[in-house]
Amino acid sequence: MHQDPLLTIDHLTMRFGGLVAVDDLSFHVRRGDITALIGPHGAGKTTVFNCVTGFYRPSAGRLVLSSGKRLDADVLAKLTDSGRRHSKQHGLFLLERMPDQEIAREARVARTFQNIRLFTGMTVLENLMVGEHNPLMRASGYSLFGLLGLPGYRKREAQALDHARAWLDRIGLTTRADDPAGALPYGAQRRLEIARAMMSGPTLLCLDEPAAGLNPRESAELNELLRAIRDEQGASILLIEHDMSVVMQISDHVVVLDYGEKIADGTPDQIRNDARVIAAYLGVEDEGEVEEIEAALAAGHAT
Amino acid sequence: MASQAAPDRFDFVRALKDAALAAIIAAGLSFPILALRAEPDIDNRLTLQGRWSWLFIAAAIVFVGRFLLALFDIRPRRKPATDEALPASAYRAARFIGPAGLALLFVFPLAVFAMLGPQGSLKWIDNYGIQILIYVMLGWGLNIVVGLAGLLDLGYVAFYAVGAYSYALLSTTFGLSFWLCLPLAGILAAFWGILLGFPVLRLRGDYLAIVTMAFGEIIRIVLVNWSVVTNGDAGISSIPRASFFGLPFTAGPNGFAATFGLKFSPIHRVIFLYYLILCLALLTIFVTVRLRRLPIGRAWEALREDEIACRSLGLDTVKLKLAAFALGAMFGGFAGAFFAVRQGFVSPSSFTFIESATILAIVVLGGRGSQLGVALAAAVIVGGSEILRELDFLKQIFGADFDPTQYRMLIVGIAMVMMMNWRPRGLVATRAPTIALGERRAISGALVEEGHG
Repeated sequence: MHQDPLLTIDHLTMRFGGLVAVDDLSFHVRRGDITALIGPHGAGKTTVFNCVTGFYRPSAGRLVLSSGKRLDADVLAKLTDSGRRHSKQHGLFLLERMPDQEIAREARVARTFQNIRLFTGMTVLENLMVGEHNPLMRASGYSLFGLLGLPGYRKREAQALDHARAWLDRIGLTTRADDPAGALPYGAQRRLEIARAMMSGPTLLCLDEPAAGLNPRESAELNELLRAIRDEQGASILLIEHDMSVVMQISDHVVVLDYGEKIADGTPDQIRNDARVIAAYLGVEDEGEVEEIEAALAAGHAT
Repeated sequence: MASQAAPDRFDFVRALKDAALAAIIAAGLSFPILALRAEPDIDNRLTLQGRWSWLFIAAAIVFVGRFLLALFDIRPRRKPATDEALPASAYRAARFIGPAGLALLFVFPLAVFAMLGPQGSLKWIDNYGIQILIYVMLGWGLNIVVGLAGLLDLGYVAFYAVGAYSYALLSTTFGLSFWLCLPLAGILAAFWGILLGFPVLRLRGDYLAIVTMAFGEIIRIVLVNWSVVTNGDAGISSIPRASFFGLPFTAGPNGFAATFGLKFSPIHRVIFLYYLILCLALLTIFVTVRLRRLPIGRAWEALREDEIACRSLGLDTVKLKLAAFALGAMFGGFAGAFFAVRQGFVSPSSFTFIESATILAIVVLGGRGSQLGVALAAAVIVGGSEILRELDFLKQIFGADFDPTQYRMLIVGIAMVMMMNWRPRGLVATRAPTIALGERRAISGALVEEGHG
């Protein structure tokens, strides 16, 4: 069992003018886990995502991605003080210092979007091939060898094509490989976006509401796909989700946000029975209940 | 009751009212142009004279025309931008247009020469062949930036100018030969492309268009005002001509004609220039088509589709955009060097904004990203305006003063408006996939993004 964290979020704060969207948030994403980030609408989940993937620059805090074997606290402290963005030799990346493309390229964090962002005018296969852009670009000698038609690139492209075929097979879109992505039904577009992100070979896959708009059958297929990614591809997953059937069935670890603050952090079972989570999700009926919950919390903290 | 009962039935009164309104608007708009005419009197002072009959005739034409439109229910219907107009067989046929067109292009000057002789063929090869091919090449070059990467560039003529002046200055100042200057002109233009690329990296859409347009004007104005180097508005003349592997196209004993035992004729040089620009254009399309199937080409198209998704996949959008600008500019530079060697004279007046607009119109009219469409559009726009010179028979209809070339821009404008209504995504609106497991099928233009920047 891997227990060391892949991603450590340390006192992350994100302010937009006077609005504090994420306030002093800390949690871990463990290697090989599916970690779910849940919370009511407007809790700041997508903001956390955008900070992790570099689309926002956090106001404060540290985001450490450690893709090395062990996280060495001394090396991390030295890197933090040095002002550098990453140390590839130790597999350490300080995401809060890196721009989005570099996070995707160097730290190998891939993501999907709440409103699907496929290349709609390109075929399903082309979408997948763009996912593997960077290694292919290197193999094509930054287009020079490719332009001359050297065999090295052709071999690498055939490899990428096999890789894409495997993913097409996995997401059940082999027969639609040559159709434009924009013509796919909604559920297939969601799966394709995940497969495209996986083509870039990420260590951490961030999924923003992957089950939104899926019917129960598609939702179950998605669960299968995500488990397969965790178990077979060795990628850890951080996901935002409102569909509790997805969250509770597949997550190893759940973090609950409300108003930009963490209100709970634990296994699905712990979360299911957490009084504050229930209060945040369902609201509370009357003042007496609030006092009850607060008392329960106080008792919880005391023990 | 009647007005309420059948909406399909022809509503006479309403059509009349509509026609009257259109006539009034037409009269109001054309009043200053048609009804008032300034004529000098005997003392050479301008006096205003009324031409009310013209105004009345124009209004009457609009009235009748509008009424007829309503009567026969000919309204422009807004159809979704699909490609239903072209059946699948048309796409299969399109595959043969490329090779057939290529063969035609190679045979064209020789065929014309054989038919019309050295005198008669000069006009066809020079005014049509070379002129169209220059714009085909420029269109293909700009297509990399606009069609593939989706970056709207309104200042493309700047790179054409850089190429032309590079050759003009390098050859007249340092005496470098055309074959050495051609790559240099391309490299210099590419360098300017990167220089333009940097400030516009973060701009999109309208803002990008404005800045690129300004860049085109800056280059032209520098050429006008830096007279120490560029000789200002007067331009640079007597630019050395290109030789055929060292053989100049002159009448002397060492010339091309004498060496091959031909009778000297200026047509040899023109035919040589024709094949030169044909080769340059083919180089452009060869590189573009190859690049499209490489990761960089797919990344450009992905960039056009969705830049944010590209960033999330780790594509280096900065380098991709700069590469697109540099490569597009390089081909513009090649074309510019060719322009200079063909004319033997360059001046800033050849590189005005209208040139950029024409090249962009060719790309948009042809269909962004489509090589075949761009070539056809260049032939239509450039060849079409040349054809207007040939229409002498119109003088018999409209009188001896009628000069069809004066209506060139009007006709091009009307053609553009009609085209954009009929096929809003250009002549070839579909996109061909760059890679396929099975058969490559064209992708409807309706799904393809046009880019935001």
